[in-house]
Amino acid sequence: METLQNLLAEHPFAQGLEERYLALLTSCASNVRFEAGRVIFREGEEANQFYMVREGNLAVELHAAERGAMTVLTVGAGEVLGWSWLVPPYRWNFDARALEPTRAIALDGKCLRTKAEQDHDLGYELLKRVAQIMEERLHATRLQLLNVYDVHS
Amino acid sequence: MFMMSILEDQTHRVPVHPMVPEPWRIRRMQRETHDTFTLELESAEARDGFHFQAGQFNMVYLFGVGEVPISISGDPNKPQELVHTIRAVGAVTKAMRAAKRGDALGVRGPFGSCWPVQEAAGRDLLIVAGGIGLAPLRPVVYEILAKRKNYGQIALLYGTRTPADMLYRKELERWGKRTDLQAHVTVDRAAGTWSGNVGVVTTLISKAQFNSRNTVAMICGPEVMMRFTVRELQRRGIALENIYISMERNMKCAVGFCGHCQFGPTFICKEGPVFPYQGIQELLAIREL
Repeated sequence: METLQNLLAEHPFAQGLEERYLALLTSCASNVRFEAGRVIFREGEEANQFYMVREGNLAVELHAAERGAMTVLTVGAGEVLGWSWLVPPYRWNFDARALEPTRAIALDGKCLRTKAEQDHDLGYELLKRVAQIMEERLHATRLQLLNVYDVHS
Repeated sequence: MFMMSILEDQTHRVPVHPMVPEPWRIRRMQRETHDTFTLELESAEARDGFHFQAGQFNMVYLFGVGEVPISISGDPNKPQELVHTIRAVGAVTKAMRAAKRGDALGVRGPFGSCWPVQEAAGRDLLIVAGGIGLAPLRPVVYEILAKRKNYGQIALLYGTRTPADMLYRKELERWGKRTDLQAHVTVDRAAGTWSGNVGVVTTLISKAQFNSRNTVAMICGPEVMMRFTVRELQRRGIALENIYISMERNMKCAVGFCGHCQFGPTFICKEGPVFPYQGIQELLAIREL
């Protein structure tokens, strides 16, 4: 049966999580759907959620007055959007927008933070997984900065 | 005599001296991006066409200006069409960009090793290209699509700097619509109307479906991009012996005599440009090379 816990367990972010943690995560989770073009959050807003993308594609954008919206990266199926829910002051640093119809599992950040404070093993497990994503994104950003396709490379 | 056999063995053409360019004429010139263009060449002399294997390169000579090594980017099953995609970065290639339909070029080749297209039959294929690195991989795509039944899942992952730097745009769109090919494109930087993926090419690997234990990966692009792609493929479970890359160095003679393209104990023009990654992994770590 396609329960929310099953859907959550299938997502790479939750792979290998113990059953009890899956249940805890599920208690903070909900299914969401975004139509193409829908703004999911804006820079400076409170970051109370993060999203495990199941289908579709989301853009993480930065807005500059002279240049408009610039896409920093896209986040697709099997990936995770947002970690500002984990780091004070819990505010989004970027905008996020759906590029196409997208389905995701939304996790309530406040709920997760409370559970992580109560159970530090869960907190550590979540931190390890988010740190892995941060490491991958930082690494990718460095490669983007290198401009590897320039002639000098 | 050995040099003669290079051409005889690999192309089945009438043997010619590999240092003597054959005259070809520009039949068509297609501008790909602001600095990249594709030449389609024809020859009155090569009646059997130009036979090559995916991954090989030619030495292309603009008379009176100079000669440059260029990967063959056409279809190996269409020997009547000799196709090169060229990035205008130096004196010779910039002068080539100014050439017109009907102008003559000299061609020596084909030279070098090829992608393991035949050996990969029955397996999944992951083709990862960065920037102009798609040009030497395009013949692979043509060949495997012509024998699609022979392969498992096929994914083509392509990364460029911006949407404007994308090669073969129409072809990529066509390939993207096929149900038997996973074609994913990403750009490092985007603005305006681009609604596709943004991020480095390694981020596309998670979008591809393949059986990591039965996959052959072929990678071509800037060395740093290939290095990080290999790392990511390993993380996804692809064994090093199933990963191939195409190297680029300063090829001059193209037959392993002059030493300009020496890479440790190998010559890129002769043992390469396509190498099993495992075979040159240690050399890539030597910064002085």
